[in-house]
Amino acid sequence: MNRLKFFIPVIGFVALVILFWRGLYLDPKTLPSMLIDKPMPAFQTATVNGPVLSNDDLPKQIFLLNIWGSYCLPCLIEHPTLMRLTEEGDIPVIGVNYRDREDLAIDWLEENGNPFQFSILDESGRFGIDLGVYGAPETYLVDENGVIRFRHVSVLDETVWQRDFLPAIAELRNETGQPQ
Amino acid sequence: MIFPRIQHGNKVSVTLLMFLIVLLSMTMTSQLSAQVDTFQFETEEQQKRFRKLSNELRCPMCQNTNLSGSTGGVAEDLRREVHRMITQGMSDKDIEQFMFERYGDFIFYKPRLTAETVLLWFGPLIFLLIGGAIGFGIWRRAKVVNTVDVSLDKKQQEHLRQLLDNQQ
Repeated sequence: MNRLKFFIPVIGFVALVILFWRGLYLDPKTLPSMLIDKPMPAFQTATVNGPVLSNDDLPKQIFLLNIWGSYCLPCLIEHPTLMRLTEEGDIPVIGVNYRDREDLAIDWLEENGNPFQFSILDESGRFGIDLGVYGAPETYLVDENGVIRFRHVSVLDETVWQRDFLPAIAELRNETGQPQ
Repeated sequence: MIFPRIQHGNKVSVTLLMFLIVLLSMTMTSQLSAQVDTFQFETEEQQKRFRKLSNELRCPMCQNTNLSGSTGGVAEDLRREVHRMITQGMSDKDIEQFMFERYGDFIFYKPRLTAETVLLWFGPLIFLLIGGAIGFGIWRRAKVVNTVDVSLDKKQQEHLRQLLDNQQ
C-alpha cells in the first residue's frame, strides 16, 4: 500500500508529461471543421467568368472544393497539384474564389492556368462563413451526395495529397463500392 | 492643462510626466485596436450587444484576438454578420448558435458547458480539490506529530539530572 502511495505522484507526473508532450505537436492553427458529414451549404451565385450556378451543378461524384484567391501566395504552391488532378481527370476540382475581385481572379487563372471546373464567386466571404472557412487556401473533400467528408487547411501539396486525401478517398470509394 | 516643470532632481514632476505619457499612449492604442464602430444601429441596446458579442467571439484566423480587435478578413466578415443578425432581430443565443454551427467551440472565448468542455471548466477546480486534500493530509499529520507527548517521566528526569551533574 505504501509503495503504491509512492507511485501515485510518479504516475501523475508521467501522465502530465505525455499530455503536454502531445500538446507540443498539436497545431493550434488548424481548427476542426464543423461541417464534416454535413451537406455542402446551399449556394446560388455567379461563377468566375461564368454563369450563375447552384448546388445542382456540382459533380455527382467525389470532388474537391478548393478555397482560393488571387492574393493568396500559398495557393500558388498548391496550384500544380490541383492542375495535375484536373489533367488526370479522376477527381473534379471546384473552386471558391474567396474574398477576391473577379477581374483579379480572371487574370490569375489566365496567368497560372485554371484547374477548376468552375469557381464560385464569393467576394463578400459570406459563402465562406457558411463553410466555416477562415482563410485561403482550404480544401474540402465532398462525396457524390454533396456531403462534406474531410477538410484540409493550408497548402495541399503532393505530400498532403498522398498522406491525407488518397486514404480518405479510398475509404469513401470502399463505402459505395466504386472501383478504386 | 498644467505642465509640471522639470528641474534637475525634481523626481515628482518627472514621474508625473512619465505617468501622463504612459496613460496617453495607452488610450491611443485602445482607440487604434477598436474596429467596431463603423456599424450603425437603431438603438443603444443593439450597439451594446454588438460590442459584447464581438468582444466575446474569437477570430478564427488570428487565434488570440477577439472579433473587435482583429483586422483579419474573416473577422471583418463575421462582424458584418453579427451586425446583420442583430439588426434583423436575432437573439444573442441565435447568433452564438450560428457561429457555433460554422466554427465550433473555438469561436467562443467562453466555451459552452458540454461533455467535451467539462474538463476545461472544472479541471482547475478538480486540481484545487486534489491539492487541498493533499495539503489537508499533510497539515493533519503535522498536527499529530506536534501533540505527541515528549515530556519525561520521573525516572527519566532523574537520569537526566544525574547526567548533567556528572558533566559539571
